[in-house]
Amino acid sequence: MKHLNPDKAAIPRLPRAETITLMSCALVQPLLRRVVRQIATRHPNLFERLGSYRTIDYLIDPIDFPFALHLRPDPLEPLLRAVSRDVTPDAGATIRGRFLTLLRLLDSSEDGDAAFFSRDLEVSGDTEAIVRLRNALDDLDGSIAEEVANMFGPPGRAILGRLRQMYLRRHSAEKLAQA
Amino acid sequence: MTELICPAGTPAALRTAVDAGADAVYCGFQDATNARNFPGLNFTADELARGVSYARSRGTKVLLTINTYPPAGKVDLWRSAADVGAHVGVDAFIVADMGLADYVARAHPDIRLHLSVQAAASSPEAIRYYCKHFGVKRVVLPRILTIPEIRQIRREIHCEIETFIFGNHGLMVEGRCSLTNYLTGQSTNMDGVCSPASDVEYVQDEDGSMCSRLGGFTLDCIGAGEKAGYPTICKGRYIGSHRPEGYYAFEEPVSLNLSHLLPELIEAGVDALKIEGRQRSKSYVRTVVSAFRSALDDIRHGQTPNIADLVALTEGQKETRGAFETKRWR
Repeated sequence: MKHLNPDKAAIPRLPRAETITLMSCALVQPLLRRVVRQIATRHPNLFERLGSYRTIDYLIDPIDFPFALHLRPDPLEPLLRAVSRDVTPDAGATIRGRFLTLLRLLDSSEDGDAAFFSRDLEVSGDTEAIVRLRNALDDLDGSIAEEVANMFGPPGRAILGRLRQMYLRRHSAEKLAQA
Repeated sequence: MTELICPAGTPAALRTAVDAGADAVYCGFQDATNARNFPGLNFTADELARGVSYARSRGTKVLLTINTYPPAGKVDLWRSAADVGAHVGVDAFIVADMGLADYVARAHPDIRLHLSVQAAASSPEAIRYYCKHFGVKRVVLPRILTIPEIRQIRREIHCEIETFIFGNHGLMVEGRCSLTNYLTGQSTNMDGVCSPASDVEYVQDEDGSMCSRLGGFTLDCIGAGEKAGYPTICKGRYIGSHRPEGYYAFEEPVSLNLSHLLPELIEAGVDALKIEGRQRSKSYVRTVVSAFRSALDDIRHGQTPNIADLVALTEGQKETRGAFETKRWR
């Protein structure tokens, strides 16, 4: 199993890792704010499936990223921000995995249960909150990843294309390794 | 022609199943009337109406799953589900409870009635009873029969047969399993919740292991090198004085996959092949439905079916042909 021990799977911490993390967070905050607001505006039905879990704090942790993400899917004030792992919020539910695994889930090209079975995805905290979020996001037609990429025009689509190639290559390599 | 029956937990999954080649899609409402009453899943009446419209315009049927058992004296929700389904034009009801079957047969006689696997009808006598008294047109067989047994039942009944071909390998006497009740107070058969998410907890350890708990009771502790399954009591691993290392007392985390038995099932007289997984994602629906659509089309054209590798989607990343191949599957 590829357990999600950051020592094994995450990028090595650099000498000034904390500075880099803080700078990365600062750089992506405006983009994340734009993304979450646009998704919330375009998909008001998404919140119905969350039920009473619209104000819970989710920690989404791409273990090979310099920062984690804090999501609060409140339709009145949606929040998505990058946070340092040293100062994460008191999350009600945590979803953890490699960035490409999380991207594949958002791209509607991987099944969440299958990622859990393979241990590529770790969840903890309020399980109902996690199930509701998964089902709410999965009821959107198409791919959220593609929608986000489209918000940033040709550069966004090009980046998503590259990332898709990366996870296809990784998937092929893993299948070969298992064979 | 053998039909491919596909799951949909959300409207988007319904459209995905239709587009991937489902002959029929089954789904349920956001309440206790169906056995996948999971948080954030299922359909409102309006969503079902739109789903029926989408499916019908593409030649796909919609089967409404109302397959839990109403508590005594509380049948209104179940009857209302059937009435709404009839109003929006579903092609069939999938029911388990005799009282509901009786209501549907009387109130909506023009809509087909299918007997859910939750009714656990596995003998010709039981199936004929449902057919005679409620006009059941199709029975969904429990996953405890071999193909020769299915072939024999086929000869002794006059309604259609549907069998599961992929997904959950549910081997409890379906419709009678009360394991969840003991730990959570909620009922799989009356509330539609097997291991309700609100009672499930995953505890991660720094060494990479993970324990799953239900209602505060540990079901399994999975080592860093092991694959996981659903947090259900029947797939739990337990320590006993005779098995201190821990063992799967009921069933291992494993999924049914009958892709290699499709020709035999069709030859045995199975009319419809069912994919389990209304709780799964669009990605699962797209992949599994496409794979079985392709395989059935190959068989229809006299070719050897092209079976896609689906093991990555299976519980515990393991698959079995279960009782369909042999009663000694473990």
